[in-house]
Amino acid sequence: MAVCIAVIAKENYPLYIRSVPTQNELKFHYTVHTSLDVVEEKISAVGKSIGDQRELYLGLLYPTEDYKVYGYVTNSKVKFVIVVDSSNTSLRDNEIRSMFRKLHNSFTDVMCNPFYNPGDPIQSKAFNGIVSGMMVQTG
Amino acid sequence: MDQESAAASAGSLISLNEHEQRYYSGLHALCQAAAAAADAPGKLSSSKVAELFKASQLPPECLHKVTEVCGAKHLGYFGTPQFYVALKLLAAAQSGLPVRLESITANLPLPRFAGLKNEPEMRYTVAPSSTDAPAALCGLAPGSVPWTPAERSTFRHQDISADKKELWSPPHSPCSSPPRSPQTYCSYPYTKQRNGVDPQITSESLSCPRPIVQLEQHSSPSHYLSNPSVEHPAKLQTSSERLGQQSTVDYSDDDPWRITAEQLEYYTNQFKSLQPDLGALILGAVVKNFFTKSKLPIPELSHIWELSDVDRDGALTFTEFCIAFHLIVARKNGYPLPESLPPTLQPGFVQQEEDVPDTPESSEPLIVFEDAEPRPCPRERSFAERLQLSSGTSKQEQEEKSIEEDLGVKSSAQDKQTLQLGEFPERPELLHELDSQMRTKTRPRSYSSTSIEDAMKKAEEPPTPPPRPQKTHSRASSLDLNKLLQQGTPGVKSGWLLPPALPPRPSTSQVPHFLNVSDKVSQNKVQQPNFADFSHFREEEESTVKPEDQAPGSTFGPSTEDLNSSKQDTSGASHNQVPPKPIRRKYHPEGQNLETGPPPAMPLPPPARPSQKLLSRQKREIQMAIRKNRETNAVLTRLNSELQQQLKVVHKERVTLESQLELLRPLAST
Repeated sequence: MAVCIAVIAKENYPLYIRSVPTQNELKFHYTVHTSLDVVEEKISAVGKSIGDQRELYLGLLYPTEDYKVYGYVTNSKVKFVIVVDSSNTSLRDNEIRSMFRKLHNSFTDVMCNPFYNPGDPIQSKAFNGIVSGMMVQTG
Repeated sequence: MDQESAAASAGSLISLNEHEQRYYSGLHALCQAAAAAADAPGKLSSSKVAELFKASQLPPECLHKVTEVCGAKHLGYFGTPQFYVALKLLAAAQSGLPVRLESITANLPLPRFAGLKNEPEMRYTVAPSSTDAPAALCGLAPGSVPWTPAERSTFRHQDISADKKELWSPPHSPCSSPPRSPQTYCSYPYTKQRNGVDPQITSESLSCPRPIVQLEQHSSPSHYLSNPSVEHPAKLQTSSERLGQQSTVDYSDDDPWRITAEQLEYYTNQFKSLQPDLGALILGAVVKNFFTKSKLPIPELSHIWELSDVDRDGALTFTEFCIAFHLIVARKNGYPLPESLPPTLQPGFVQQEEDVPDTPESSEPLIVFEDAEPRPCPRERSFAERLQLSSGTSKQEQEEKSIEEDLGVKSSAQDKQTLQLGEFPERPELLHELDSQMRTKTRPRSYSSTSIEDAMKKAEEPPTPPPRPQKTHSRASSLDLNKLLQQGTPGVKSGWLLPPALPPRPSTSQVPHFLNVSDKVSQNKVQQPNFADFSHFREEEESTVKPEDQAPGSTFGPSTEDLNSSKQDTSGASHNQVPPKPIRRKYHPEGQNLETGPPPAMPLPPPARPSQKLLSRQKREIQMAIRKNRETNAVLTRLNSELQQQLKVVHKERVTLESQLELLRPLAST
């Protein structure tokens, strides 16, 4: 269960960021922001050899004492960042991957909506629903 | 005294509460309406006032008394203060109080007037004018009151003051004053008539039901029956349907969310205006333009889209279009948008029409695998995965298959395909084809995913340049793997490919024959030059051969050397797979080195020995096979290089497009 989920556009501004409300939201905003550097590094690190498909799932970006940050980037350089609690050790890599996949799918749905302008903050209820489902169930 | 009383009463008028104020002013306007031009300003038409008084259903002497008390009699006309006082007196009289000025000060309910001609309008307008809570009150359409007092009481509990509830029972006060805040709902029927915006018309029948859904949802559908029956004869049919349900039917989601036949017909016409083919899709952009006309706010339209685009393909089928349209109509009539599709609006409920795969919008064909693969590939994969998650309708299956086809072609490795859903029982052959062929065949089938991809591509990524199948075809026609593989032997194409294929170096002893053979081979490019070579060689081999260090195409040295080395035992003629091009001949005099030592070994047995002949034949066959494989390898290598070049070109294009997009992006995001 994620503690914070963020969608960042190609120009590195957030399209959607949401954290478990009880926590200090600003802290997560900072975390996501700093994780962008790692994401960029990973993107550029993957060899741009022609024909080689870049891996979308970036894996663990960096761990801190309290939580771990996972990254995922789409082919249009839209980044998804998930912050999970470090104490939640039961989360396996596959689960994180599936979470990213779900995020990506619902993001695609948002994109498909003709009334959505790319670059706008995401206000889709369906997307919110998906994200809520993935967030930590607090109380 | 009367004036004083009038003044006093006028002063007391100030104590009119808001609702009364509105109500009275509405009545005032009504009375003033017809005769205002003729009368002096401020004077109310006495006939209208008289009518109003009669509508209050009070005995005539009472009315006279009222007139007298309010001061109009004295003045001879009804001024505004008099009118207001009169109204208050009427209310007092109706509630049983004596008609006296003192009664005005009491907390009176609003006067009730019955039988006025603008009854339904008043119902409309009164309702909104009496509350500030548009949803609440609009939902509690006054018409409901007479029918369901019990429910009315529940409505009352919804932030309605005591005054308001009285307001409903006399809903017919001619509140011709323009409906207030929730007037968007109420004035809807009027505005609708003015602007013939299509989506609004159908809302007539639904205009009556206010957002009851928001409320306890147990009002009978009858409340909206009265309104349509009066005002919208066109939709009487639908309203009569509901009339029949005049009981305390639970106001479930069914009624407003069920598409009636009339509406369906209307939606069909609208669909046809956008897209003549009922089975085809309407693109999202088209839908956007169309639904924006309905003047709903964009977030709501966005939500409607999310609800109605069930298969998430960025376009609407006829069914989805009906759902969306219906939601818009309902929203226009004041229904709040549901969080999820009501059961009666599910696509399964509404008659579903299968999408015809051949839509015109497959303008951008699926990405040919020569294009930049990394870009579309994962998206396709995500599509497939997403489809995995969603329920499997046949259309989705189609999409899945088509997406899988895309992936199958794009992905260089087979594992991508296996990664996808394994449930493509109908399309294994497609995969096979895709592996070996260009994509053009599968394109028409996968229009839906095409549209998704189109939308996706446009939305998410710089638009990929449309694949250039022609180019690839024209280029790759010579490298048609399919033919190559299927034929199994270097056929026509391979004959043409021979230049890249490393022709085996002729044995030194056979160079002169090589020349001859090359002539012959150039003549019959097509068929089995090797074989011809062999035969020729075999015949010529016996003659003396002058070793010459020549080899055709040293550039293709490696394979020739390989060939050479592998075919050392066989006749060097086997190596003389002379490329048909006469160019080859030039190489010969260039004196390229050959490892012709062994070849001249003349593995060919002398014709005198049949057994050795056999052996040599076998060897020749083996060599031929080897040569074919070599050729295939060369072909593939060349194909690979060509594809790489194309990929580079496409990459460059992509980069330019991305840069353009980035230039545009600040404009969009700002």
